[in-house]
Amino acid sequence: MAFRFYEDFVVGESIDLGKRSVSAEEIIEFATEFDPAPFHLSHEGGKNSMLGALSASGWQTCSMLMAMMCEAFLLESSSQGGNNVEECRWLAPVHADDVLSGHITVLSKRLSASRAGLGIVSVKSELFKQSGVAVLTLSNAIMMRTRDHGQTEQHS
Amino acid sequence: MKLPPFMHEGNTVEIGSHVFEEADIIRFARKNDPQPFHLDPQAARESLFGGHCASGWHTASVWMRKQRDASAIMMEELDRQGFAKVEYGPSGGFQNLKWPRPVFAGDTVTYFNTTLACRPSASRPGWFVLSGRNGGNNQHGQEVLSFQSMVLLRYPA
Repeated sequence: MAFRFYEDFVVGESIDLGKRSVSAEEIIEFATEFDPAPFHLSHEGGKNSMLGALSASGWQTCSMLMAMMCEAFLLESSSQGGNNVEECRWLAPVHADDVLSGHITVLSKRLSASRAGLGIVSVKSELFKQSGVAVLTLSNAIMMRTRDHGQTEQHS
Repeated sequence: MKLPPFMHEGNTVEIGSHVFEEADIIRFARKNDPQPFHLDPQAARESLFGGHCASGWHTASVWMRKQRDASAIMMEELDRQGFAKVEYGPSGGFQNLKWPRPVFAGDTVTYFNTTLACRPSASRPGWFVLSGRNGGNNQHGQEVLSFQSMVLLRYPA
């Protein structure tokens, strides 16, 4: 995989996000630290809830998406992070041992008006369960340094 | 039907504060967001952020924890005041989330919620849909997180 700068993102292209699974232990561990609701903490609590079974916190699903984006392309890019998420939908619960897969689509890109050498790449992410059921859609913007900026830096 | 104060439009509550320690920022980043500016204080200095900072998902996840803790305390208080039992259900997502400034290692973030609206659910009798504007400020009073959320609440109508 080639290192990607701002210039290398093409509007309309899709990038595969690979696969990532989540165990009951990981769901409970995340919930214990960040989201201690009964349906995120135990099988019993999940069964007795609207979600029907132990389910990952939506914030954990977002964190899984982040990790998948890092592995798929961000760690080999000039990413400078993001500062907004237009919309995130948690469409269906993520249960223990689900395997998520998905992709991002590049929606638009523009150079920053206020910072030289920086561009903003807007993407939409979609994650699905192994059954094909969609669990998450999320639209966000990623700040990417331009190739020139990157080269200047490497030589400085 | 008498609704608890937090279900009224415009109600704002502070839900707690959290210090983002360097080690916690690295632990979260290693698992969920291993970009150099979250993992490596040295590399972070050369990034756009200019310093070692927490993943935005870490900042948002701590909001969730503060919300759960504050709700548990509030529910006990509402019970003492004679309100019926409120139960939180799942959320369908959020909108317009912004991280206007980084949360740097050592920063203290104080979180808050404001109720925008609370209406009976059209599809689920006995449930309400509460929409709110939530966020957090750092120790200098600068906003570091804001978003709009919707959550289901069970409350006897």
